[in-house]
Amino acid sequence: MAASLRALRRRIRSTQSTKKIFSAQELIAGARIVRAQARVEASKPYAREITRVLSALASSASLDHPLLTERQNPKRAAVLVITSDRGFAGSYNVNVLRRTEELLSLLRQEGKEPVLYVVGRKGETYYSFRDREMAQTFTGFSEQPRYEDAQAVGSALIDVFTAGIDDEDGGAGADGVLGVDELHIVFTEFRSLLSQVPVAKRMAPLEVEEVEEFDYEREDREHGVTTGDSGVPTSYEFEPSAEGLLDALLPKYVTTRIYAAMLEAAASESASRRRAMKSASDNAEELAKNLSRQANQARQAEITQEISEIVGGADALVSSNAGD
Amino acid sequence: MATLQVELVAVERKIWSGEAERVIARTTEGELGVLPGHAPLLGQLADGGVVTIRVAGGEDVVVAAHGGFLSVSDKGVSILAETAEISTEIDVERAREALRRAESEGDDPESIAAARRAQSRLQAAGASATA
Repeated sequence: MAASLRALRRRIRSTQSTKKIFSAQELIAGARIVRAQARVEASKPYAREITRVLSALASSASLDHPLLTERQNPKRAAVLVITSDRGFAGSYNVNVLRRTEELLSLLRQEGKEPVLYVVGRKGETYYSFRDREMAQTFTGFSEQPRYEDAQAVGSALIDVFTAGIDDEDGGAGADGVLGVDELHIVFTEFRSLLSQVPVAKRMAPLEVEEVEEFDYEREDREHGVTTGDSGVPTSYEFEPSAEGLLDALLPKYVTTRIYAAMLEAAASESASRRRAMKSASDNAEELAKNLSRQANQARQAEITQEISEIVGGADALVSSNAGD
Repeated sequence: MATLQVELVAVERKIWSGEAERVIARTTEGELGVLPGHAPLLGQLADGGVVTIRVAGGEDVVVAAHGGFLSVSDKGVSILAETAEISTEIDVERAREALRRAESEGDDPESIAAARRAQSRLQAAGASATA
């Protein structure tokens, strides 16, 4: 009995100290969400401007840039997966990886060979544990991605995409480098503090996407700008040529989208971590409560037993004295 | 007097926005000045370039912008840059240090780009390469 009481007390102590760790993690993640959301917001003006410029360009230039044209008979597709570096984030990584698996099997069904590019240590371990080949991995920045990180990823992907232009029948083309014909990205979209959804998107060949059209218009209204004349396309002058500009802009646009995805993923990561840590510390508290109830019971049982032993002993003494 | 609505955005944040009398920038084709009423234009900024925004009132905002684009429309001017720094925020000593480091690293494309960035920072801050 005494041993089990000691064991219970030890468990209570260890539960309480893990609970401290969980709630510290929860607080850290909470602070990080706010910062990550601020960074998502801060990156929006650029994304909006580059989209505006690109759509202006798209209306004037002939769009036969390799990043825009659909390849005939695509054979290989690069898939960029954004996971976290650290665990303790609930189902965050599992969800992204499951979404990735769906995309991979879809690509295989379409007769395309997927090539994996992984961001984050968790994704890296997941695939290396399963002996799956990864073309390249990028780690160490999942919680606070910088633009340079997105650039490194973006240039690797654009390189392999351009290398795929001359590939024929699954073999390397004239440049001797086996490239890819499509670029996909899987990341976790930050919808709100409570809902983060893993999404898969195609980045290349790309369609120029309107960045939050709704906010766009509202902002115009707030600034008192009338959008009455927006129906008429303005004819731009280009320096250098429209094609030259497109060459320079498109890779930047792809990088911007990767950067935006990374920022969203970072915000989602912190949000899921906070949620996971919140339920973990709640559970730890519950556990500690149950354990201390058990410990109290054990303590009372011990006392009762001791008393009954004493009483029993006294009785025995009395009866033995009476027998004399 | 007519003014330009200028927006200067870098990837990570909006750097500056406001009314201006004129914007001077260097594109890959050459130096360019934009006054109110300029024809719509899209230009690629030269690497390691400096953009000067003359604010209504005669003051100059000088910015070191890298990897940027300039877009002039009837609504105003927007300057997009991968990184941009306003001259008053530039740490001259650090830029010099970066320039020295980049120059000593040899001539691979990355350190050349780093050297250019450092040079344009110094130029924007109005400082010379040596102390």
